[in-house]
Amino acid sequence: MNNHINICTGAFCAAIIAGGASAETLRWANVGDILTLDPYAHTESGTSSFLHHIYEPLVRRDAELKFEPALATAWEVIEPTRVRFTLREGVTFHDGAPFTSADVVASITRLTHPDARARGNLAGVETAEAVDDFTVDLVLNAADPLLINKLTGVFIIDEEWLIANDATLPGNTTTGVVTYASDHANGTGPFMLESRQPDAKTVLTANPNWWDEPIHNLTSIEFLPINSDATRVSALLSGEVDVITPSPLQDTERLEAAEGVTPLQNPSLRTIMFGLNVARDELHAGPNGGANPLRDIRVREALWRAIDMEAINSRVMRGKARIAGSMIAPPIAGYEAETDVKPDYDVEAAKALLAEAGFGDGFSTNLDCTNDRYINDEEICLAIASMWAGIGVEVELTAQTRSQHFPKVDRGETDIYMIGWATLPAMDGFSPLSAMLATRDGDWGGNNPNGYSNPRVDELAVMSASEVDEDKRVALIEEAIAIAREDIAYIPLHQQPLSWAARDNVDIIQFPDNYFRAWHYSVN
Amino acid sequence: MSDAASPSAPVGLWGQFVASPKAMVSAAIALFLILSAAFAPWIAPHDPFALGTFNLMDSELPPVWAEGGDPRFLLGTDTQGRDVLSAILYGMRVSLIVGFAAVAISAGIGTLLGLLAGFRGGWLDAVLMRFADVILSFPTILIALLVSGIARGVLPDTRQGAYAIYVLILAIAINEWTQYARTVRGQTMVEASLDYVKAARISGLANGRILARHILPNILSPVIVIATINLGLAVLAEATLSFLGVGMPVTQPSLGTLIRIGNENLFSGVWWVVVFPAVTLVMLVLSVNLFGDWLRDALNPRLG
Amino acid sequence: MLAFLIRRLGQAFLVVLAVGLLSFLMFRFVGDPVVSMSREDATVAEREELREALGLNDPVPVQFVTFVGRALQGDFGISYRNQRPVADLIAERLPATLELVFAATVLALMIGIPLGVITALKPRGALSNIVQGVSLVGVSTPTFVTGIMLILIFAVTLRWLPSFGRGETVDLGWWSTGLLTASGWRAIFLPALTLALFQMTLIMRLVRAEMIEILQSDYIRFARARGLPERSINYRLALKNALMPVLTITGMQIGGLIAFAIVTESVFQWPGMGLLFIQAVQFVDVPVMAAYLMFVGLVFVALNALVDVTYALVDPRLRVRG
Repeated sequence: MNNHINICTGAFCAAIIAGGASAETLRWANVGDILTLDPYAHTESGTSSFLHHIYEPLVRRDAELKFEPALATAWEVIEPTRVRFTLREGVTFHDGAPFTSADVVASITRLTHPDARARGNLAGVETAEAVDDFTVDLVLNAADPLLINKLTGVFIIDEEWLIANDATLPGNTTTGVVTYASDHANGTGPFMLESRQPDAKTVLTANPNWWDEPIHNLTSIEFLPINSDATRVSALLSGEVDVITPSPLQDTERLEAAEGVTPLQNPSLRTIMFGLNVARDELHAGPNGGANPLRDIRVREALWRAIDMEAINSRVMRGKARIAGSMIAPPIAGYEAETDVKPDYDVEAAKALLAEAGFGDGFSTNLDCTNDRYINDEEICLAIASMWAGIGVEVELTAQTRSQHFPKVDRGETDIYMIGWATLPAMDGFSPLSAMLATRDGDWGGNNPNGYSNPRVDELAVMSASEVDEDKRVALIEEAIAIAREDIAYIPLHQQPLSWAARDNVDIIQFPDNYFRAWHYSVN
Repeated sequence: MSDAASPSAPVGLWGQFVASPKAMVSAAIALFLILSAAFAPWIAPHDPFALGTFNLMDSELPPVWAEGGDPRFLLGTDTQGRDVLSAILYGMRVSLIVGFAAVAISAGIGTLLGLLAGFRGGWLDAVLMRFADVILSFPTILIALLVSGIARGVLPDTRQGAYAIYVLILAIAINEWTQYARTVRGQTMVEASLDYVKAARISGLANGRILARHILPNILSPVIVIATINLGLAVLAEATLSFLGVGMPVTQPSLGTLIRIGNENLFSGVWWVVVFPAVTLVMLVLSVNLFGDWLRDALNPRLG
Repeated sequence: MLAFLIRRLGQAFLVVLAVGLLSFLMFRFVGDPVVSMSREDATVAEREELREALGLNDPVPVQFVTFVGRALQGDFGISYRNQRPVADLIAERLPATLELVFAATVLALMIGIPLGVITALKPRGALSNIVQGVSLVGVSTPTFVTGIMLILIFAVTLRWLPSFGRGETVDLGWWSTGLLTASGWRAIFLPALTLALFQMTLIMRLVRAEMIEILQSDYIRFARARGLPERSINYRLALKNALMPVLTITGMQIGGLIAFAIVTESVFQWPGMGLLFIQAVQFVDVPVMAAYLMFVGLVFVALNALVDVTYALVDPRLRVRG
């Protein structure tokens, strides 16, 4: 097929060229459509990534993912629970309305409304108060060291537009409130919404009045959702689209060989790991002699040692993953190289550890995985089930869709289960600490259904939540992550790669948070 | 295929069979595939369902005759290092078990309900046929979701592998019994209106005997024809369900699961993981369909 | 007649209600929408609050009554996934699916009928055998394999046709159509062909069987004896009579095509109801799933009832049985 890639003849060729858009249009095929245009009505990072082209936050992330002023030019903590923001002047919304503090107040009010599905993203913020036209105070219920992190995901909507279209309240599926903002948009961002056909095509055009100096050369973006992997790759190969996100890892060599197309791969923030059920006296898979083997740290180490991550990386992940020993990736606050160490792959040592723990004849366990959430998730689990069989652990593997996997995990019905964590949107080690390591109780341990509990870790979680001194705070998180590594609270596998592919004439930067930021891209 | 339509066709089913090369070839291929699936545990070189017996480092080896092939793996290995030939043999076994079981259940239930509806008529007929309408208005995939969901709710232990195969059988059977029921009902109504059956009913012969002696023999041939054709359809339905992710688990792959996994590697150059299972599936369904076609013509050209 | 109609409609209504109950039961099991709806590190309390707000903590019968009560007023609720009214979503996707089904049906008839005639007139010819053989391979291949193969050949290798989507559409206000633009026509061809393959074979076989039967009937023998030209016997008499049952069955199969479009739509990213449904299943978007199932059920029941009523009008004897 390779030979035919550039053959294009006669009338059809003319049709393709005539049908294609002008040179500065970026045709972007993504695996799924955005859920909604309303930034407060969803919690999906793919949708946030897209909406960031239309809407902007007070603080955004730059090309190195560091904080950078966007709609706010400066901020200052004036009291532990009051943070003052100076807003950028001369910014206008796409419909021409000026950006002022009233817009920030209206946006924060709308986001913190009980019906807003994304309100958890700004937990801890009580209200926003306008000081003058270009100064706003955020009032918190406690000091919050992660406020700025959170604000990078809080997009600002125009107050007058919300009022004019009766959209000041967020939508509510239960009471049947629908909002104009679900299928219309009016932001301050580098691109403006031109048209939207769900699951087919959403078109953005460049905002000529953008406050920032554009470094992109795009006149428009066509966002084209294509669910099927094979179809998406086909569309790239046939020249119907310019960039695909994601691109299946196994097609990398094929795409490298194809003319005019390049696979793009970089490490991401998402760590794939196994959670372990230590809450129960016996595993779901069977009595195993009346004891839960996973409660024994020697068993957990044996399981970890029996996984040949080099083999999985070279075969299943095409060498593109980064083998992990820590729950968090290097760019995340709380990461330390010392805790990022995987014990060596050693089948004999693993068997010896099992024998020492009294499971010399092995034991049986269930392994639950997704088959549509992480890169090659099902293949990874099958390979590991096979490796564990090699040390006498009898594995019953279940690989199923995410909407069944995660509720099952949450109900504590799994023995060993797969989970991936990217710490988004905060990009901070506090996220796994509070959600996955802290003992489950109220606001803590939302993703720790399996009884991992360490009093020191709980203490560290509470302390770091309100520690405003950044160095001290990071040290607390580092300690917690180190304890988790010491306890083998989770078995980290790898950081999965970002895998995209693009035509050679587009310049694209990949960000570890898997956001698409087209205002950094160009088409030649 | 038109042998039966011609007046000079040989008499008797066997006579027609040996006179039709198409019937013989398709039957031979189908039989060969079914037997090799049945004896898979004895003839397959490896056991693809035994975790721990395959090695990830053997993954994606091409077939023996291609460069880099390994004599241990005649048709190469898949992305996990499993022998493709063994996986196909075992996978076909799973597909055929699902197919045969689904056909047996749906034919049994469908025939019984069809007989009842056609013979009794009245409210029973109306209820059964409307119930069939309900079933028909659900695509098989949706039924499969329902059945697997209920299984998950009912079974205490949530192991997917243990019951996936029953879920598939049930899902396909639930959808297909309606066809038998409708055909049998129609045929039964025709038979029941014949004078000799009426006479038998009036003379007080037990309904069961009338059904067994006069009606059942007459509806057998359409049932056999539908069953043969549905075997192909059931195998295909299983493949589609596995493709949509509600089929057999990766640890016990059916042909459909193998094609789904292979499909993900369509562009990667590892053609053997998708081409061999797909060709096997098409050959299996095709030979069964061809044979069913012939059988239909031979038994009853009117069935269309 | 009126009594028959009323009884038939009553039954149709019961069927739709049963479909509603089944679909309702079904999505009790497909997963938990709360996980899809809340953020990754949501707290237990956050999720519980959402579950309560969605009414998922109510007893199942209460939920069903609420659901039926609303559905009877035409209110299928708000989509969990994107918070838009489900009725709007269905209405938005309906044109794409119906155009695809329509194109597939037309394609199946346009190709199926002539092939059926050819194989009926010369049942033993080489062409007949080839046509029947190819059509059998067609129905023996899973749809998802056929779809991907067509994309590889016509989109990637030859670059004649697009691999996904609907092309440019024209919005007529109440209907968005792809059939008024050249790119729309190019886009619909591959998915319609994929969807039509099964139907095509069915039609071909039906036409063939019906025509063979009619050509052997006394009626045709009489016409031959009267010296009518062969052409007019074959087409005027035989084909015309064979077409009635073919069209009936094709009509009844339309509901099946709508359901089967799920696979085709997800391979070709055809923005119709099937794609909407598959995504609803992934997200556990209960209101959308329910509305889709009710809609497909309704189409089936309506087509069935229509056929029954038509037959009853034509042949009064059938009115006795319901």
